[in-house]
Amino acid sequence: MTGEAHVKIGFIPLVDAAALLIAAHKGFAKAEGLDVELIREASWANIRDKLAIGRFDAAHLLAPMAVASTLGLGHVRVPLVAPMNLAMNGNAIAVSTALYAELAAEGEVAHPAQTARALAKLVARRRAEGREPLTFGMTFPFSMHNYQLRYWMAEGGVDPDEDLRLIVLPPPYMVENLTRGQLDGFCVGAPWSSVAVDAGVGVILHFGCEIFACAPEKVLALRESFANDNPDLVAALIRALDRGAAFVDAPQNLGEVSQILSRPEYVGVDAEIIGRVLTGHLRVKARDERSDANYLIIGRDGAMRPDPQQTEWIYAQMLRWGQTRHSPEMADRAKSVLRPDLYDAAIDRAHVQREIGAFAGPSFDDRSYEAYLADFAIGQRL
Amino acid sequence: MKIVIVDESPIRSLILEEGLREAGFTQVERISEMHNLLKHIYASDPDVILIDLENPSRDTLEQMFQVSRAVRRPIAMFVDQSDTASIQASVDAGVSAYIVDGLKKERIKSILDLCVSRFHAFSKLRDELEQAKSDLEERKTIERAKGILMKAKQLSEEDAYKMMRGVAMRENKKIIEIARSVITAAEMFK
Repeated sequence: MTGEAHVKIGFIPLVDAAALLIAAHKGFAKAEGLDVELIREASWANIRDKLAIGRFDAAHLLAPMAVASTLGLGHVRVPLVAPMNLAMNGNAIAVSTALYAELAAEGEVAHPAQTARALAKLVARRRAEGREPLTFGMTFPFSMHNYQLRYWMAEGGVDPDEDLRLIVLPPPYMVENLTRGQLDGFCVGAPWSSVAVDAGVGVILHFGCEIFACAPEKVLALRESFANDNPDLVAALIRALDRGAAFVDAPQNLGEVSQILSRPEYVGVDAEIIGRVLTGHLRVKARDERSDANYLIIGRDGAMRPDPQQTEWIYAQMLRWGQTRHSPEMADRAKSVLRPDLYDAAIDRAHVQREIGAFAGPSFDDRSYEAYLADFAIGQRL
Repeated sequence: MKIVIVDESPIRSLILEEGLREAGFTQVERISEMHNLLKHIYASDPDVILIDLENPSRDTLEQMFQVSRAVRRPIAMFVDQSDTASIQASVDAGVSAYIVDGLKKERIKSILDLCVSRFHAFSKLRDELEQAKSDLEERKTIERAKGILMKAKQLSEEDAYKMMRGVAMRENKKIIEIARSVITAAEMFK
């Protein structure tokens, strides 16, 4: 490329934007000839709209939202491409201390299968007692948070559309609503569940990776037309973000990365909490900690290379929860969102095959959507 | 036609409401409380919802597009692709509109145009207010520095000011910067 290319990139203040934020902050983007302007946004809807009308060239986006936009679900159809994953996993399901006590009274609450069954029993008990249905929060209809919550509770026999309320709330409001008793639980990205635990109002029940071992969480999204018109810029951006991810992943940089991300213009929460999130070492209850190296994966083990099977699986979740109707064309379109070819044009590295790895339920690999969905007791079928 | 304005800034939503009323839209309701937002919206059952883009609760509204038993009437975002200019103008001004499906687009466009001009008017007002505030702060700082110099060097008010102005010109700086240095230095000598 000649000269420096100005690139406007929108992001939501979350730890899983780390590769992007660090690439810009540490000058990795500049080294690739990119003058990156980061714009912090207040909502996913803003990100989607500004990407759609060209106010952003690229964005940190919920992986299912890139699919929804390309399929035209819930909004005008704007074909997007995702040449790179920005994060796998990173969410957690947290419940109020009151709900935790009620769940624990129903039985063991260690494995997701156990908590889901306990939730089902509790839902039935509450209904028999004439109590209000439980309310769970998540961040967007087209989000892994939504699919994680639904998948988990449905395995226990809870129908998320019939047996309780699922509402969309901005992550910063989750903790407040939990405190006020207007929310019984939620699934959000880091650091918000940690904030609830630290505030003494919530208990982390499960890390997202306990529900799905490796779920595509955020992607780098661009308009398909923009990506087609600017292949060199896209490649430069991928290389810069790859360097950003490598910097984030290097253990010796943990302190520096946490400090940078904690700045008010980036994530704006305590560096110590960010450090815990990045290492997957979280306080889950007052005096209880849990560690999982897979809690949040930024660039490790080739995680950034997008795998089209990820979007086929996301599309299957959309079908299961009635967010779209099936057609072979829609399925192909969904699959075309993730673009490993763009990634490979920028980065030459051995591929790592990965599975979604749900904690229970049918496997997805190489099966028809119809066969996959027919194996669930709860949810739509084809 | 019933219009709901969702905005945490009471002044901005008031400005917008006023504009809408002047344009003949008499049924306008303002919501500044984000708790139970959907409940409030369903209760007032509007034809149009206007929301500022600084509001994180915008994602909560997106839920209305999902098929849900709670929704009585289908609501969509105003995304008439034949009119990208007015969409861009509204996003740039910082406002977005959600409408009940089937509403005439000319009417929506006039509302949206009104939002854009009122949001711009509010931004201008806010900028002017910020400017006035910072002017006032600067004047206070210069007064303080002047006082310090008058006391330390037994100068008249006018000479103290001249002294700072002279240094500012020599060092090619603004007088406010010199005043700040004077205050910092004075604090260190305390």
